[in-house]
Amino acid sequence: MQTVKMVVTGPFSSGKTEFIQSVSEIDVVSTERKISSEAEKIKETTTVAMDFGRITIDDNLVLYLFGTPGQKRFDFMWEILSEGMLGFVVMVDSSRPETFREARRILETFRAYAPTPYIVTANKQDIPDAWSVEDMRIALRLSPEVKLLPCVATDKETVKNALLELLYGILEKMEAGEF
Amino acid sequence: MALKGNLRDFTINQLLNLVSVAQKTGTLEIKGPTQSAQIAFREGKLASAQTSQNDSSLAAILYRRGQLTKRQLQLIKARAGNIGDKELGLLLINANYLTQKEILTSLKEEFIEIVNNLFTWVEGFFQFYNDALPESGKITLRINLENIIMEGSRRLREWEQLQDEIPSLDIALKFTDNPSTDLRNVNLSVEEWRVVSYINPKNTIRQISKATKMNDLEIRRIIYGLLQAGLVEMIRAENVEKPKYQKPSLPVSGQKEQKTLVNRLIKRIQSL
Repeated sequence: MQTVKMVVTGPFSSGKTEFIQSVSEIDVVSTERKISSEAEKIKETTTVAMDFGRITIDDNLVLYLFGTPGQKRFDFMWEILSEGMLGFVVMVDSSRPETFREARRILETFRAYAPTPYIVTANKQDIPDAWSVEDMRIALRLSPEVKLLPCVATDKETVKNALLELLYGILEKMEAGEF
Repeated sequence: MALKGNLRDFTINQLLNLVSVAQKTGTLEIKGPTQSAQIAFREGKLASAQTSQNDSSLAAILYRRGQLTKRQLQLIKARAGNIGDKELGLLLINANYLTQKEILTSLKEEFIEIVNNLFTWVEGFFQFYNDALPESGKITLRINLENIIMEGSRRLREWEQLQDEIPSLDIALKFTDNPSTDLRNVNLSVEEWRVVSYINPKNTIRQISKATKMNDLEIRRIIYGLLQAGLVEMIRAENVEKPKYQKPSLPVSGQKEQKTLVNRLIKRIQSL
């Protein structure tokens, strides 16, 4: 069986686990723990090692989706997870500008590990406090060639769209001989 | 779509940069612990500014700027309290009491002072209301934000924030391809001009700091200002080695086979 992997990363509570859950054919293998820090208690549990989802492509090819832990103190896992990845998705919570700086830091870190193709998703676009994609591009200092896509991690269609855009980007790089 | 948050997480400088780059029109409302402010923008330029602490009528602004006496202010308030700012401005010009330039200069100074004071606010909820502009009787201006952003950056002292914004000094800078303003129109200090003269894709920020004999904090503060004002952007230095490209571990080799594999992935995800 052949396997390929993609990594889903982003700040704490940006929606990585939900993103993988939306398209994985297996229940996401989540290593979640109850949150102990008061400051980070905006949700009950958090991923401490990784999330793991799977999409069977055909009889002899499987795509694995790995979600990185969101809390800073687990970022030693990032380098391990990024090894050999086909590409990565950086998720950003559109309604929490306080996480934008952290999202930029994560993006830079991952680009340093492996300059593979990536996309950025503006998640939680369905909630009233969400910033527009155009404003987020400026706030995140993303250049025009970086794909920044609106997303709702619980909506399978937007997740599919994000993964497809990443794959189109990979294909473009292959065609340009940059892969 | 909302554009709101807290100054704790997204600073005035970053907000002004966003408004300037996106050429926004609307009003930014900031509610601090003791006062609030409303700053209006038209196509990314400062149009007007007012705070809850001060009377924002033209007469009151002219009084604060020394163009009217207290007695004159009281007379205007008593006899022409209901007329709009534009109308009052015309009356003062027609009466040869003030010139249009004097009125506009007073307003400009007032608006810039209000925005400059916002840089001292460390906390406050902000919200941007798209397309909301002051009532038609108010006089609005078109003030470039670059100089204001540069001034705000000079006041920035938080080392941690600067370190977050510019995490490494081993990167280079280049002038932006399409800056919204000409560098010659921006009021730069001698130190800032010294830094600007070294900006080149071949020079890292560390090299510039060495050449200009500035410490990490000083160089970061200047670069931060230039970045926020949209005058420069960060790039990898030409003489710095790129990170080693880690090839993705694909189960097939050969460009044709790899493309086929990606197409299989695309087809499957489309069918989900």
